[in-house]
Amino acid sequence: MELENLTTEQLQRTPLYDTHVAFGAKMVPFAGWEMPIQFAGITDEHNHTRTSCSVFDVSHMGRLKLTGGGCEAFLDRLCTRKLAGAEVGRSYYSHICREDGGILDDVIVSRFEEHWGIVCNGSNRDKIVEWIEKQRAGSDVLLTDQTTATAMIACQGPKTMEIAEQLGGGDISSMKRYRFAVRKIGPIAITIDRCGYTGEDGVEVVVPAGLVGMLVPKLLGTKKTPHPIVRPAGLGSRDTLRIEASMPLYGHELSEDWDSLTAGQSWCVDLSKEFIGSGAMRQVKEQDVPRRLVGLELEGRRIARQHASIFRDGEAIGEVTSGTLSPTLGKSIAMGFVPAEASGVGLTLEVTVGSKRAGATVVKLPFYKRG
Amino acid sequence: MKRETDHGEVFATIDILRGSMNVPADRKYAETHEWFLVEQGVVTMGITQYAADELTDITYVELPEVGTTLAMGDAVGEVESVKATSEIFTAVSGTITEVNVALADHPELLNDDAFEEGWIVRIAADNEQQLQSLMTSDEYTSFVNNS
Repeated sequence: MELENLTTEQLQRTPLYDTHVAFGAKMVPFAGWEMPIQFAGITDEHNHTRTSCSVFDVSHMGRLKLTGGGCEAFLDRLCTRKLAGAEVGRSYYSHICREDGGILDDVIVSRFEEHWGIVCNGSNRDKIVEWIEKQRAGSDVLLTDQTTATAMIACQGPKTMEIAEQLGGGDISSMKRYRFAVRKIGPIAITIDRCGYTGEDGVEVVVPAGLVGMLVPKLLGTKKTPHPIVRPAGLGSRDTLRIEASMPLYGHELSEDWDSLTAGQSWCVDLSKEFIGSGAMRQVKEQDVPRRLVGLELEGRRIARQHASIFRDGEAIGEVTSGTLSPTLGKSIAMGFVPAEASGVGLTLEVTVGSKRAGATVVKLPFYKRG
Repeated sequence: MKRETDHGEVFATIDILRGSMNVPADRKYAETHEWFLVEQGVVTMGITQYAADELTDITYVELPEVGTTLAMGDAVGEVESVKATSEIFTAVSGTITEVNVALADHPELLNDDAFEEGWIVRIAADNEQQLQSLMTSDEYTSFVNNS
């Protein structure tokens, strides 16, 4: 069997690196960082997140700070989502696209009182910093990359609110989704955003890197005396969780090779305003979006991988973007692109799995919605 | 590897495995991470614990049919995990005499115990000597540590 070659390139370590090692993580290279793919096991961590509370280190993601009077207008032009008039204390999921509509990244834009924040994918950070530097030219916008000065920790699962309040996070449960609070300890600011990438309730917390040594033992305990509820989880379960919740992943459902509408994410595109890529996307809309993102439920236990072909009546009509064996549903599930006429819920298709094909039924997305 | 519900136990177990990778000395190893154990002319094969750990949670094993004849280097089946799908290859020619049917319902046996309960197939070997060139347990251990 072929195992992936471990790269020897110099990898960056997050402020939680020592914690991961102490808790027995299996570390892998990811977007230039050394990250935990799993601790106890991907399925265990997945189930724990659905029923309790898991902690994910997402410090590899880019954290950019934008200051200056031109931010609001600039970000409204940069992003597919309407940000003119954005509320302080609110976060907005958006895409950043090229003029031709190609998706450069998907991001969370947060409006603070005095500045704006962008969280971007770790693998796209350099590209997005460069893009912003190019696009901001001439406007009153200053960019500071705060990625390495901070850590970002996602706490996800139904018991998260209980835990956050025990830890002195204050009244977070009254906060709506995609709202954030800034807690100050002297001069130190901690941002707590009620959002996540698992389909569960939870928060994503940004703290100064120097605070991790104090905060993490409170959250996880130690290896010898672990927290009774909270457990660490890795990127492996983060992926299976987001697939069940049908959340797109850059490099899978999202790519520079297609636009946000073609990616099936029109909900985060506001064509009533002008933004970089809006012209191209209006054309796509006029000519009708060429394909649809669908959910597939496969027969059997085999997993459809990215780029696996999707067939209708023996003819290849599309491609899988993500697939996994859903721990919550106990079924093999996948997302993929097919032509509109083959996207009807209930339609029977076929998908390549390994050297074979498996029957697949088009199902409604998301696969999983928390109760 | 023993699975415990208490994650503290699991971490301790993983640490022990890391400290002294358990690679049985009674069999031969391929660079592609399969093991081969010869007992009275029958070769039992599987994948190593290292490979199973690298793949993460194994969710499916595609098994061949009993009676299938194989040439050295042929794909025997596929092992699928949350992370990847990998083919497994035989280093010996012969005929499949038995497959581990337990893997159909319990693919996680490969993660739990790759060297014993997670065996994959038994092969009536045409020529056991084909396994001579494979690695010993010590050689495999240093191969993995240096890869």
